[in-house]
Amino acid sequence: MKNKNIILCGVGGQGTILASKLMAAAAMKRGIEVKTAETIGMAQRGGSVFSHVRLGKDLYSPMIAPGKADIIIGFEPAEAVRHLPFLKDGGTVVVSSCPILPVSALIGTSSYPLEEVLQYLKEKTENLILIDSEAAAKNLGSAKVLNMLLLGAAVRTGELGFEVEDIRTAMREKVPAKFHDLNEKALMYTEEKGIS
Amino acid sequence: MHKEFLMGNEAIALGAIAAGVKLVAGYPGTPSTEVLETVAKRNPGNIHVEWSVNEKAAMEVAAGAAYSGARAMVTMKQVGLNVASDPLMSLEYVGVKGGMVVMVADDPGPISSQTEQDTRTFAMFAKVPVFDPTSVSEAYEMIQEAFDFSEKYGTPVFFRCTTRVDHGYEAITVKDAGEYRETTAEGFVKDSSRWVIFPRLSLKNHGLIEKRNRDLTAVLSEYPRNEIQRENGRYGKDSDRKGIASHGISYMYTLDSVDSENHVRLLKVATPFPFPEELALRFLDGLDEVLCIEELDPVIERALLQICGKHHLSVKIHGKLTGDIASAGENTLLSVSRAIHSFLGLEEVPMPAAPDVPLPVRPPVLCAGCPHRASFYAVKQAMKGRKTIYCGDIGCYTLGNAMPLDMCDTCLCMGAGINIAQGVGHLDKETKCFAFVGDSTFFAAGITGVVNAFYNQADMTLVILDNSTTAMTGHQPHPGTGRTVMGQVVEKVSIEKVLRAIGLTTVETVNPLDYEIARDTIKRVAEEPGVKAVIFRSPCIAMTKPAGRSTVDAETCIGCRKCIRELGCPALIIKDERAFIDASLCTGCTLCEQVCPVGAIGGGKKNEE
Repeated sequence: MKNKNIILCGVGGQGTILASKLMAAAAMKRGIEVKTAETIGMAQRGGSVFSHVRLGKDLYSPMIAPGKADIIIGFEPAEAVRHLPFLKDGGTVVVSSCPILPVSALIGTSSYPLEEVLQYLKEKTENLILIDSEAAAKNLGSAKVLNMLLLGAAVRTGELGFEVEDIRTAMREKVPAKFHDLNEKALMYTEEKGIS
Repeated sequence: MHKEFLMGNEAIALGAIAAGVKLVAGYPGTPSTEVLETVAKRNPGNIHVEWSVNEKAAMEVAAGAAYSGARAMVTMKQVGLNVASDPLMSLEYVGVKGGMVVMVADDPGPISSQTEQDTRTFAMFAKVPVFDPTSVSEAYEMIQEAFDFSEKYGTPVFFRCTTRVDHGYEAITVKDAGEYRETTAEGFVKDSSRWVIFPRLSLKNHGLIEKRNRDLTAVLSEYPRNEIQRENGRYGKDSDRKGIASHGISYMYTLDSVDSENHVRLLKVATPFPFPEELALRFLDGLDEVLCIEELDPVIERALLQICGKHHLSVKIHGKLTGDIASAGENTLLSVSRAIHSFLGLEEVPMPAAPDVPLPVRPPVLCAGCPHRASFYAVKQAMKGRKTIYCGDIGCYTLGNAMPLDMCDTCLCMGAGINIAQGVGHLDKETKCFAFVGDSTFFAAGITGVVNAFYNQADMTLVILDNSTTAMTGHQPHPGTGRTVMGQVVEKVSIEKVLRAIGLTTVETVNPLDYEIARDTIKRVAEEPGVKAVIFRSPCIAMTKPAGRSTVDAETCIGCRKCIRELGCPALIIKDERAFIDASLCTGCTLCEQVCPVGAIGGGKKNEE
């Protein structure tokens, strides 16, 4: 397998860390070397967070250099744009279209021009998969499985280097049994809806 | 042996367990916390693990174990080392019997800290040998070697990492329980000529320590983790004879940045103090120029300059002192590859363009429903129009500085707010001085400040934000919680009783989510003379389940935005010109219900402890 550099980004509390753990577990099962790095600490309180996931051979640092990410999985559109300099030419972006307004934007000390942000993503990304996660959450009956929803879409791009079955197996091992059905539905959501 | 996907801090913990550690003490602090937590989680059953009340206590508890011949470890973040520096400076003179590792996590950036101090520099100051791993897998092996080394030379040793190693993950091979080293401790053996530090003993041991550290430069030159790579390659371009010296995660960035075509000679420094001088001489031999790629202080750079001076070598040393590497902040793959390309005369690595669309700033904030928000709001409203100072401290509640609360005028170090408030008050009798301190910080560093205030006749209001946990670092227990990291249920230390025992006569405990009571309590208490305390007690929202969430009645809401403007709760947003509550974030704390001027918000149910 070719080496893969994957970036997950979003807002503290959105579930990026579990998503990177599932990918790492899936990679290990396949005997693929894996290194990851992520934001831990103060930023987890609603700040910008990221996980870098590196898969393959001869990896040294767990961090990904700008212009080297094969795929960015954005849990939030502005955060995806913030990490866009990491994307390689021709790279793929899977992103939730649902914004999370920071307190700074709500009280007017910073602005969040959503339309401009989405437009920018469309212009700058060759392979963009925009997911209406609000509609998906209504459909699935939960907003807490955004990570599985996005992983499902990402795995189908072929850019992660493994199959949906690998993620499903990893999820079943890491997530409490009572949440398996919901997570599986989220994982398969984009396939069933034909979103790509 | 088996394979596990581990965080660096988890690997360090498992390495310490494999090395036969018998006592681990520490105080939480990013990025060090997971080391002790993992020892507690994976404890084979024969290790005493504790969250000590602060780093100084942890260091002394560990020293007692090491005096007794047991292997001991103490964990902390870099600023915690400042707290523990008093025992450590003396401990180096006294020495240890069992291996003792002082695990300190440094925070370049800084990402979650007050300073960018470098434990390698501290190691030189304290004369304590220091180990500095480059990766998760190396950290696992190196911590075991650090214990052996400590025991062999009878000295505590530093094991120092930075965030990207502490919080990096890697799939590594680790020992099974049956492969752990078996260690025994004979217990403390009385010997006052050894364990009691007196000036005569200090003088004698100082000389011995200096000699040992000089001798160690040769010993550590043979330590395989200090190494020269690509020794026989051509160096740089044909005519250049260049080398790169690095350490920690920066060494991995270097390996990621030099491809097989740039045969530049590399020096990896695993023990920056004592510096592997003989190895460095071999590295420098035949080179014209060296680039030192370091985070925090230019430790390797200074050591190489010193060696060049001592041995009359004409090698130009580049690094932070020459401006080739940034003197502050974290290194990145980009900054390192740019520096290397410039040093080797290769094509410039371009800076990626920042997205040209305005993005919202997203600093960390108090969580939706955080009781600290209610506490700050109550004090702010109670003191409206008064001249005040709000001295903050270290913890989640430092985030109270953000707009719209704006309730943190000073923040220095653990426990400082209580004393700063006194100093301000002694110079300005008109200002109402407040100090905010969390429950864990109160136990760690606050009590002596209260004694000082009471004894020295200060006039101040102490506000204790008691959410019954150490929230910022991930909810560790502390003396006020009634449980230990080993899972024991123990008697709680009562904050009220401590304050009353000091002599405070006004000590009031209020649920900050009862807004009017909280506000009126502050109004009343702040007018009393001397030192008085209000304890705002309500559990951290991460420790409890919401009992009922608030919703906005869009018909009643007048769209005034008071709730949003004054509280800054992330669950409160605007939808169709009306306030709207994100149900996935709301905890039902009811603060917004109590603030709404038209009673448009309801349905919340606040948690009682």
